[in-house]
Amino acid sequence: MTTDLAPGPKVDPKIAATADFLDTRLGISKMFKGLGRKLFPDHWSFLLGEIALYSFIVLIISGTFLTMFFVPSMTEIHYPHDALPVTMQGQPMSEAFASTLNLSFHVRGGLFMRQLHHWSALIFVGAMVIHMLRILFTGAFRKPREINYLIGFLMLITSLLAGLTGYSLPDDVLSGNGLRITDGVVRSIPIIGSYLSFMVFGGEFPGMDVVPRMYALHILFIPGLILALVAVHLFLVFWHKHTQYPGPGRTNKNVVGFPLFPIYVAKAGGFFFIVFGILGLMGATMSINNVWNYGPFDPALVGAGAQPDWYMLFLEGSLRLMPSWEVVIAGFTVPMSVLIPAVVVPGVLFTVLGAYPFIHNYATKDTGEHHVLDRPRNAPTRTAIIVAVLSVFFVLLAAGSNDLIATHFSLSLNAITWAFRVLFFVLPVVAFIVTKRVCYGLQRKDRELVLHGHETGRVVRFASGEYAEVHKPLDDFERWVLVGPQPERPLEIEPAEDSNGVRRPGHKKELRRQKFSRFFYEERVEPVTPAELVAAHATGAHDALPASEERDARELEARTH
Amino acid sequence: MKALAASRRHRLAPVILMTLALFLTGAVYAALAPSSAQANTAGADDIEEGRRLFITNCSTCHGMSAEGSDTVPSLIGVGAASVHFQVITGRMPMDADSPQAGAKPPQFTDEQARQLAAYIASLGPGPGIPDEETVDPALGNAAEGMQLFRTNCAMCHNFVGAGGALTNGKYAPALDDSTPTEIYEAMITGPQSMPVFNNANLTEEDKRNIIAFLVAQREPNPGGFTLGSLGSVSEGVWAFLVGFGLLIGAAVWIGARSS
Repeated sequence: MTTDLAPGPKVDPKIAATADFLDTRLGISKMFKGLGRKLFPDHWSFLLGEIALYSFIVLIISGTFLTMFFVPSMTEIHYPHDALPVTMQGQPMSEAFASTLNLSFHVRGGLFMRQLHHWSALIFVGAMVIHMLRILFTGAFRKPREINYLIGFLMLITSLLAGLTGYSLPDDVLSGNGLRITDGVVRSIPIIGSYLSFMVFGGEFPGMDVVPRMYALHILFIPGLILALVAVHLFLVFWHKHTQYPGPGRTNKNVVGFPLFPIYVAKAGGFFFIVFGILGLMGATMSINNVWNYGPFDPALVGAGAQPDWYMLFLEGSLRLMPSWEVVIAGFTVPMSVLIPAVVVPGVLFTVLGAYPFIHNYATKDTGEHHVLDRPRNAPTRTAIIVAVLSVFFVLLAAGSNDLIATHFSLSLNAITWAFRVLFFVLPVVAFIVTKRVCYGLQRKDRELVLHGHETGRVVRFASGEYAEVHKPLDDFERWVLVGPQPERPLEIEPAEDSNGVRRPGHKKELRRQKFSRFFYEERVEPVTPAELVAAHATGAHDALPASEERDARELEARTH
Repeated sequence: MKALAASRRHRLAPVILMTLALFLTGAVYAALAPSSAQANTAGADDIEEGRRLFITNCSTCHGMSAEGSDTVPSLIGVGAASVHFQVITGRMPMDADSPQAGAKPPQFTDEQARQLAAYIASLGPGPGIPDEETVDPALGNAAEGMQLFRTNCAMCHNFVGAGGALTNGKYAPALDDSTPTEIYEAMITGPQSMPVFNNANLTEEDKRNIIAFLVAQREPNPGGFTLGSLGSVSEGVWAFLVGFGLLIGAAVWIGARSS
């Protein structure tokens, strides 16, 4: 189809005419030459970001439908006596809630669209988080991609805001409870808290302004921001070229993969429809956020099992775990029971998450470009940190669902809350140590494999009577992956005093940096060096064989090849 | 007689006759229909049979004359509704000394439960077992019930009665299998951790509205599978199990084809 295919199949003159029309006006052949031949490596985990992108497109499509029927107003009306569902007939409620009910029960396809939108939102944030974990575990945030990592991180934060504002729109009891918690969190901030709350709600909670305000943010500002960030994010993926997993022939200077056109256009296009299809299936068959169960918002009400969507559940969990501490300073109450779990905990989590590439640079003084990804085992401390943070996240998720755990596993609510309080501090330490040990173990296994080859299960007896197992050496492709990684080492710094005995300025700062670096890289398993490999091959996998038997061993190896 | 015969074709005759017939039916019904307070009219046989059942099955804990002990409540004055509720849902006899007596397959037939209830009611006055009309969900208003339920019940039982956790291993059970009679009896007697909702608190009409709301929840969900009606946590679990299960499965399939 491209013009440089000289003796190719006959091109339909209509297609040729269209292509010519576009080429002479837009220069598409140049675009094709540049972009169409851009190579992308193949791996399933590179599609996680695509899941996020496609669910965002589904969110925009379904959300546009919803805006046509949703009324963002808190004006009180009475739900008609002849409208479904029966449990809401004649009840006082806001127009926002009434229009959500009308959308669900009387607009054709409305409930499907609402459910599609909500499931897509859960999947959207989930895909972003899993994508981010992939980036962290494989070290894809390293130079030159730090800024693109930050853009992705910003998108995650913006999506959380999108979720929060969208969740609050239907004005049902559950969303109102969520807003009330938001209000409480805002108020817990010392000094400016109550002013901030009045600013957000336009007066005393809940007021009449919050739904229209959230609506404007949810359908206009936030998606616009996400779209802009998506554009930059994707542009930078093109600009930096895609990272690749270590493999035969893959280096930091090339990309091994398939061209964008036609392979990835087909794959990505097809994957969009798969994602759309799966989300559609979920929206059609699995009910989500049945607002008619909760009823219109009333600040006095709450129900058992009131939890936010999964991506906010960790905050709910940290609120549930926190004991009720209060400090009174000069007559003003500082509610530590809200401030710590709902402001400090997410603040620390998001700061560390956003700053991680820079923490990495601080520990390594790394200036090289990285386009080949790490296997998680080859960065033990980083992998262990991620697993430790994840373990805290899971403890908070479980703590946020503590009532459901209590009822479904017949446990005491008080006992599991205490168990989670302990686990919050203990589990990350255990997870860190265990993960690190597992990584070292795997690295040693890799070393062993390179030096000694695969076990074959064939045991041979030597003339001297000794038994040995025959090992099959690795082929070059396998070995590439195992000996490839360049391990990071702790920073080396100059001595405190120079040759003249004068104190070097900034030494203390460097000493701190070295200490930090040692935490990451002091303990490590070096990959096999070429010299070690040669030595291992020379002795036929038996370094300690006496000279007289070495010949046997060589013969044995020769026979097994 | 002649005048009567002459006026039988009067155009008001059918109306008068119908009125009389209605009065007659009403009078006969009033005379023959069972009273709503069944426990009070239970026969002496029922009470005696109930006493026999009580001695055999309940007296080990509650005492020979239902007087209770330090750790076991006295049953004098709890009323027939309480006994009927506890026995018909299988909560009594209790199977283990747990924080809360859980529902299990009932150990007695409805007739035996009513006999036990009659015996306990004979020891002291208490709320009786409601009749069919009092608990008929068809006569209640589900929308009013929704408001009452979420004001009084949802904080423990969840918005649609899917149940919830209480402190120290106690819980508010799910209500999706409870009969209207059981729901009414629970409200009027306040079993275990539940508060009593007497008629000054929630009128009989209010209680019937709540029953109507709960029964309306058993209609098929318009949105598809309910996922347990447990809210966002179960939705999140399903998003990851089903959603990401399928999506990552598809990604592995696409990513693995050519390499």
